Amino acid sequence: MAITREEVLHVAKLARLELSGDEVERLTLELGAILEAVGKVAELDLDDVPPTSHPLELVNAWREDEPYDSLGLDAVFANAPQREDDLFRVPPTT
Amino acid sequence: MTWQPVVGLEIHVQLKTRTKMFCRCANGFGGGENTQTCPVCLALPGALPVPNRIALEWTLKLGLALGCEIPKRAVFARKNYFYPDSPKGYQISQYDLPSCVNGRMLVPSSAGDHEVGIVRAHLEEDAAKTVHVGGRTGRIGGAEHSLVDFNRVGTPLVEIVTGPDIHSSEDARRFLQLLRQTIVELGISDAEMEKGTLRVDANVSVRPAGSAELRTRCELKNMNSFRFVAQGIDAEVARQIAVYEAGGEVVQETYDFDASSGALTARRSKEEADDYRYFPEPDLVPVEPPAELVERLRGELPELPSVRIRRLERELDLDRALVLVTGGLDRLYEATVAAGAEPLPVANLIANRLATSAGDAVDASQLALLVGARDRIPRAVLDDALSHIDEPGFEAAPYLAQEAVSDTGELEPVIARIIDANPGQVAAYRGGKEGLLGFFVGQVLKETGGKANARVVSELVRERLGA
Amino acid sequence: MGVSSVSSVVDTLRLTAEEAAGLVERKEVTGAELHRAYLDAAAERDPELHCYLRLVDEPNGDGVPVALKDVISTHGIETTAGSKILAGYVPQFDSTVAARCKAAGLPIIGKTNTDEFAMGSSTENSAYGPTRNPWDPERVPGGSGGGSAAAVSAGLAPWALGSDTGGSIKQPSALCGNVGLRPTYGTVSRYGIVAFASSLDQVGPVAKNVRDCALLYSLIAGRDERDSTTVELPEPVRLPEGEDLSGLRIGVPKELNEAEGIEPGVTTAVQNAIELARSLGAEVGECELPRSVEYGLACYYLIAPAEASSNLARYDGVRYGLRVDGESYREMVERTRDVGFGDEPKRRIMLGTYALSAGYFDAFYGQAQKVRTVIAREHAAAFERFDVLVSPTSPTVAFKLGEKAANPLAMYLSDLLTIPSCMAGLPGLNVPCGLSEGLPVGLQLIGPQFSENTLFRTGHALEQAIGFDPVPERLR
Ligand SMILES: [Mg+2]
Ligand SMILES: [Zn+2]
Repeated sequence: MAITREEVLHVAKLARLELSGDEVERLTLELGAILEAVGKVAELDLDDVPPTSHPLELVNAWREDEPYDSLGLDAVFANAPQREDDLFRVPPTT
Repeated sequence: MTWQPVVGLEIHVQLKTRTKMFCRCANGFGGGENTQTCPVCLALPGALPVPNRIALEWTLKLGLALGCEIPKRAVFARKNYFYPDSPKGYQISQYDLPSCVNGRMLVPSSAGDHEVGIVRAHLEEDAAKTVHVGGRTGRIGGAEHSLVDFNRVGTPLVEIVTGPDIHSSEDARRFLQLLRQTIVELGISDAEMEKGTLRVDANVSVRPAGSAELRTRCELKNMNSFRFVAQGIDAEVARQIAVYEAGGEVVQETYDFDASSGALTARRSKEEADDYRYFPEPDLVPVEPPAELVERLRGELPELPSVRIRRLERELDLDRALVLVTGGLDRLYEATVAAGAEPLPVANLIANRLATSAGDAVDASQLALLVGARDRIPRAVLDDALSHIDEPGFEAAPYLAQEAVSDTGELEPVIARIIDANPGQVAAYRGGKEGLLGFFVGQVLKETGGKANARVVSELVRERLGA
Repeated sequence: MGVSSVSSVVDTLRLTAEEAAGLVERKEVTGAELHRAYLDAAAERDPELHCYLRLVDEPNGDGVPVALKDVISTHGIETTAGSKILAGYVPQFDSTVAARCKAAGLPIIGKTNTDEFAMGSSTENSAYGPTRNPWDPERVPGGSGGGSAAAVSAGLAPWALGSDTGGSIKQPSALCGNVGLRPTYGTVSRYGIVAFASSLDQVGPVAKNVRDCALLYSLIAGRDERDSTTVELPEPVRLPEGEDLSGLRIGVPKELNEAEGIEPGVTTAVQNAIELARSLGAEVGECELPRSVEYGLACYYLIAPAEASSNLARYDGVRYGLRVDGESYREMVERTRDVGFGDEPKRRIMLGTYALSAGYFDAFYGQAQKVRTVIAREHAAAFERFDVLVSPTSPTVAFKLGEKAANPLAMYLSDLLTIPSCMAGLPGLNVPCGLSEGLPVGLQLIGPQFSENTLFRTGHALEQAIGFDPVPERLR
């Protein structure tokens, strides 16, 4: 299972990773090899097998609708890269 | 060729639970920016979602009110996308296994009940609020930076998806009014478009009348009132018809509707197609609503607005029935009629003179007395009575005791004075502007301090001006 | 009591947590003195081994100190998950396990090194440099919890917590010669654990012996209302005492014991342990897990990266962590993630994004979820006949630094034997069972869900019979 350079670039866009040129080359090779190995799962005919998304068969885990104290602004912004008043500032979303 | 609009709606409703969907931060307006946030809704490393039981129940309740089936199992999934309003980098939303499916709502129309299919109603979480700052034009395109307030993120949101079953902007508006009333009566949301607690997107296409095909549709967003939804649909339908009639093809696109200009602006198409990479949310387990819960919720449902409209239509026309029901005034109407008042005057008086909020506080028997006496007592007294009618312990009796002046001997001189003082209006009336009758009656009422019997005055004025 | 006399009582290389608790209880040392003794040991040996990313000088409790893997959020103490993207990030809340340690009076002594976002099998993927194996500093301690395992073996912590997604507690414990438990999925809260793969991640203890391991597990386990995937333990944790294994049915899965790449010295030590178990009264029989072992690794390397690609989307430079500026929001995010993530997280984010993307979901992620069902069923069938399954934990003893770093697939094979049971949410215990080429060999004990007490009983009895000395030879 090979992956093309274009696919790598497309996936990098989806994943929001700005990859440098040689990273693209290296990842194309590495991902190709890994996909070849993991593609093994396709060998099994599992049409009648249900998927498992969770190791325990739990259902209906919920909580009551009762508020707790929120963090407080000092804690909210303690690690903020950029704060403007009481808002998180980011570059323009264009 | 005649064209038929084909419209499907996607409605997002913010639930007014006390806490957010997946964390226990207070839900709703009020707090300063970013004060209603915690590790979970800020997506700090390691924080985990825990679902709000009430939000789950309210979703089921809404689904039941919309005639939905409640599948045995619902599963939350992750919808992955990057945007500053999405702190986790994904939205938790029900995807292939929603809480409610396959419902319908009957929308009464002059041509009988019109059925709008509810494809699904599912539970998800709202995004944060992003403000765009700077830039010459003040528009997003020219923004210099953006600011994010995470108070709204994680608000429980029910998304309702209808089938492509709506065929006019009027039907869309009526459907939305009924849906909104249903939601409000369930007590699960304020459902106000102006505040964004109810949001509507419309998928619009057209087809030759009589055909069953579904053509390329366009999505309309950013309409913040029912009126604008209707205007937006009309504008988009007209645009698509024009495209087809000019021999063109409609291209799938998302438009923002600008209410002030009535213009549709296409959103800049994205560089790459959306690929949300949905997969089951591994931090949450499936929801399997117990049968007893579903039955309890079903038992708690109020009588549905569309059913009540149907009943009111036996005595009233559809528009009046709709106004009463969507104003939350129909129960008062029915009680007042049951107390012996005439239906049409009750409907008019309630619809025109009482605030929606007053409905529940009014004693129908007292209102019935006022309606019965409406022509006998002076207008000012009636107004006075209506302004106090929602107060506790209100009694109609003292107001009823005040007879209006119906004595022609007393009224004639006043009428004569008004007519002499307004020769222009008199000429206009006689020239055919019969609507001016109200002007003269109003002047007489004013002159008599509201004590004149309006019906008698109206007859006298017509007599004097007639010929 | 002066510092010199404390060090005569507190031999951090040998002292078990249980013994340390006894010293404090009998007032032979104070909690602060105990804490100081481990800090002193760290001052002496950590410059070489680099088990810790940071140490906590002031103890916040009187009990036996505990080291926490740096994926465990600690209020007010920098938590980086071994990544540059979280450099300087100071949590404003405690993870549930950190809170439970505090509530039990265990002061946090430090945060231990880890492969970045717990992605790795050697702790070489840490953005802050590798940890070295106390038995041979030329070799890796295993991973991703190499810092915790090495700290316990080197006497820099009496016990520690790690996290295990596909073997990150069990495998480093095997390579460092100590006891590590990956608990049943759902028995320990993940709240506040920097997520790698949510349906697999599980926090667990690393200790010098099975009793310490059981004790620490008892302090952190049980339902947490902040993690809806947790459950209450069906029965309380029992500290193991007995030394016989009569009545215990031990299964030896052929595929886990005969897999290609298992070193002969590892096989010999494991077989000796199995013979010992028989002599202690256990019934031993063979069993099979054919598809679990053949497809387990592939299944894991689809599911774990898929979940990781989504879990790591929150590192966007908006609210915390690294930000590398850009002209637009998008550019800022792409640059931040490019600079902030190391090679292994990038590889897994790419792999996971690909496996979930339109057109590939069914063939990769969807199919892997079905394989997961197959794996769970195979194990369930084995547990109809056996109480415990045994195998080597790692196919090899500790390997040299750099030996596998250039070949991700070779590195992934380190977890070949630990992964299948993780996919099924099963508990697994590593118990040292001897040396090969002077390096520890780990025995893996796997049980059905919630069978921790059985694993402790088995591990304890074997530990007594094996008599493994957990102190690295070169430090004795
Ligand atoms: Mg939605
Ligand atoms: Zn919150």
